[in-house]
Amino acid sequence: MSHDHDHDHGSGSHLDDMTARVMALEKVLTEKGLIDPDALDAIIDTYETRVGPRNGARVVARAWTDPAFAEWLARDGAAAIGSMGYTGRQGEHLHAVFNTEEVHNLVVCTLCSCYPWSVLGLPPVWYKSHAYRARAVSDPRGVLAEFGLHLPAGTSLRVWDSNSEMRYLVVPRRPEGTEGWDMEALAPLVTRNSMIGTELALAPTAQKASQP
Amino acid sequence: MSEQRILNPPAEALPGLPVDEGEPAFFEPWQAKAFALTVSLNEAGFFAWSEWTEAFAAVLAATDAPMAEARTAAYAEAYYRSWLDALEQLIGRHKVADAAELNFIAQTWKRAAEATRHGTPIRYEAGLP
Repeated sequence: MSHDHDHDHGSGSHLDDMTARVMALEKVLTEKGLIDPDALDAIIDTYETRVGPRNGARVVARAWTDPAFAEWLARDGAAAIGSMGYTGRQGEHLHAVFNTEEVHNLVVCTLCSCYPWSVLGLPPVWYKSHAYRARAVSDPRGVLAEFGLHLPAGTSLRVWDSNSEMRYLVVPRRPEGTEGWDMEALAPLVTRNSMIGTELALAPTAQKASQP
Repeated sequence: MSEQRILNPPAEALPGLPVDEGEPAFFEPWQAKAFALTVSLNEAGFFAWSEWTEAFAAVLAATDAPMAEARTAAYAEAYYRSWLDALEQLIGRHKVADAAELNFIAQTWKRAAEATRHGTPIRYEAGLP
């Protein structure tokens, strides 16, 4: 490229390297019949807009209100969650871990970014970061403190390392002051981070305050 | 925590960690496409998801560096760059296309784009040398 002014690109457009590499892959894989290019947009749409933490929140809220479902969820997470229509596409097992007064659960994937897509959507960037992946194991209380979560000294912390076969969903504790609430009212209290274990479920007052 | 799991923790904090729920899943269209290609290949039975995560984890382990800012478009770019590297490696390992072939096609796409008037569809053939 000349080091003159870069105004002489004509009327063409510039493709960045990453876009060109992905287009190359798409072309090769389509020509060899390994993918259907028309199916790609549906996959993107699914993970961008249709699968997200609202799924997981409904699972948690149901477990809070339906003891039989909670028992099923604890025993066979994949089946219980699958019964609500949320099934994993990678054939992974989904295991629900329940927070109690004694135990708080935290989920990480130390190797890459395995995550329960079917109930939480795609992971946030921080979940994929090297810092989180390393420190969730070596210094989990420090990580929680950065999220503003300070566990009582008597609460022990379990860190679950996800992999391609096993993904974890944290069932946070039901907030106090929600007695008699139904599933629809409870679900908005269940944040994505509370199902990873970096937060608690919202208190009813916090939820009300955030409503317009 | 058991001591053998300590993974050389970076000294710096995770800046800005408390997280908004509205963070985009992808920061650039190519990231979404790379993701969808991988999911699509897995669903077609081209590779098991465990094979994918193994390949991806190996690339991440080789390139990973603690980043000062975990929640940025720049981090997403680095992450999906590793993702794409791993996907290209798997494509090569399965003898679909090697690196030189993929690079040739990518360069052709770039030339085709330069040669195409803005607003008209890019034809691959327009970039062939």
